Amino acid sequence: MFAPKHLILAACTACTLTITPTLAQQHYNLGRPATPAEIAGWDIDVKADGTGLPKGRGTVAAGAAIFAEKCAACHGAKGEGSVANKLAGGAGTLNTAGALKTVGSFWPYPTTLFDYIRRAMPHNAPQSLKADEVYSLTAFILNVNGVIDAKAEMNQTTLPKVQMPNRGGFKQVVD
Amino acid sequence: MNKTLERRAPEDARTPNPRRNFLRGSAALTAAAGLLGAGRAEALEPEKADPALLPPNVPPWTRSQGGPFINPPYGLPSRHEAGVVRVLPRVAAAFPTGSRTPLQNLHGIITPSGLVYERHHAGVPDIDPNAHRLMLHGLVERPMMFTMEDLARFPSVSQVYFLECSGNSSAELKKPTGKTAQEIHGLLSCCEWTGVALSTVLQEAGIKRDAKWVLAEGADGAAMTRSVPLGKALDDALLVYAQNGEMLRPEQGYPLRLFLPGFEGNMNVKWLRRLKLGTEPFETREETATYTDLLPDGTSLQFTFHMEAKSVITFPSGGQKLKARGFYEISGLAWTGRGKVKRVEVTLDGGKSWVEARLQEPVLSKALARFRLPWQWDGGPALIASRCIDDAGVQPSMAEVLKLRGANSNYHNNAIQYWKIDADGSVQNVRA
Repeated sequence: MFAPKHLILAACTACTLTITPTLAQQHYNLGRPATPAEIAGWDIDVKADGTGLPKGRGTVAAGAAIFAEKCAACHGAKGEGSVANKLAGGAGTLNTAGALKTVGSFWPYPTTLFDYIRRAMPHNAPQSLKADEVYSLTAFILNVNGVIDAKAEMNQTTLPKVQMPNRGGFKQVVD
Repeated sequence: MNKTLERRAPEDARTPNPRRNFLRGSAALTAAAGLLGAGRAEALEPEKADPALLPPNVPPWTRSQGGPFINPPYGLPSRHEAGVVRVLPRVAAAFPTGSRTPLQNLHGIITPSGLVYERHHAGVPDIDPNAHRLMLHGLVERPMMFTMEDLARFPSVSQVYFLECSGNSSAELKKPTGKTAQEIHGLLSCCEWTGVALSTVLQEAGIKRDAKWVLAEGADGAAMTRSVPLGKALDDALLVYAQNGEMLRPEQGYPLRLFLPGFEGNMNVKWLRRLKLGTEPFETREETATYTDLLPDGTSLQFTFHMEAKSVITFPSGGQKLKARGFYEISGLAWTGRGKVKRVEVTLDGGKSWVEARLQEPVLSKALARFRLPWQWDGGPALIASRCIDDAGVQPSMAEVLKLRGANSNYHNNAIQYWKIDADGSVQNVRA
């Protein structure tokens, strides 16, 4: 796979001394291919359509137990907030002076919750949770916000379909 | 109206329109320079040093050998400057998130590396550069892995750019809160950054035709992630490994950081470990739940990347005290994520009239610009402020910001900063 790049570089240096930005295809042959195994270890992002969600499943009940053990000390027993952010509440406040942005009142995508817990939580041991634990915590936090039923199971299929209350609340500026 | 402005009246009277707002061009500079001789500093406080150290006496540092070289090997500022440091917010947080640059103590446009503001999402990791890797994958022809040595071998680029947290000055949206320029606006710094153009590295992997966005991810405990439009990545984005001539400081992303000139600070992902090309934004927590701008109607703006035209007078500024009437040089910083600062204007009368300040060359694109205006303080109260003008327009007032974005918007507050100077010379943060 490196041979064609060698050829391109050789051709360019041979033809002229003027290196310009128009040499869009210039290659330096630096770095090496990333292997599928290496990529799999780091490729943890989950997109809004659910792409990237791992296999596994979680329930509200299981999430409640994990939350009590690993999250409640900072976020409060039911995500009402303590030294760390409030995770629940705030419905109907966004257009008031006391606007409260939580998962339930503000976050537009349920998949972002899974992504964030998996990459960054718990605070004292990021990236220590198994997929089932992340699904369960996601289920618990969505449930305390009244977004999903207490019996709902979260997995690759169900999570992307959860409708967040503030899904329509964002205008993309891209500027 | 204070006497300083009365002194300026003869110059104003030369113009056909006595209500004009601006003094412009060389005539303005001459007029402003004329103020220099308008009055002599009066009522200077007695010099506070021990008379034994002052002429005609010769101080001990002139009558003895100084200290040794390289003590310590990495040099430090004079011990008499020990107060010029970054500070944490005055109300301590359970999870501290940022320290602030002492803008009021800095000169020129470069922020020394040890004073560059910090904003972390999971603290400062201690990364072994030999074990650091940049993974580049997704919609590329060849998924790649780079060592730091690989990245340093690419053609390098050095550019001076400012960096500002989009949450800078945010508390002021509710009410005047901070005391000093550092406390209010100190999530702002400017360095020379060195690295490789991101476009160069992306081309090494080959960009697939349908790629539109790039996910950038940190190697810190937050694995901080933001989506960047491919257009920005191919325009002026850098992968930087050095600042101000030395390797990045740990708190600035050592050994590798994404740098997006003019874009909000958090997008300049530190400790960069992974870039993934995709067709759409990745909708990460940091671009949905945070770093979106909540409007008065309850909807939010997403992907407001540019830091808009802004400025602040750093001398005189909040918490400082003018000890005597007479000559001072008003000095401050102006910047815009849209390119070059075109002009800076200063008011001495609470916004009734504005005078063009002198910009220190070089005025660089997406860098801090230093502005200066000579001033005679007559000892009376004054209400001073600056406003930055770029190609997109004039820096807004707080009323305009609140009307447009509301007090809940939290990010991208670029309102004009007023400082009130009292008759005793003390300077305070006020809303005007």
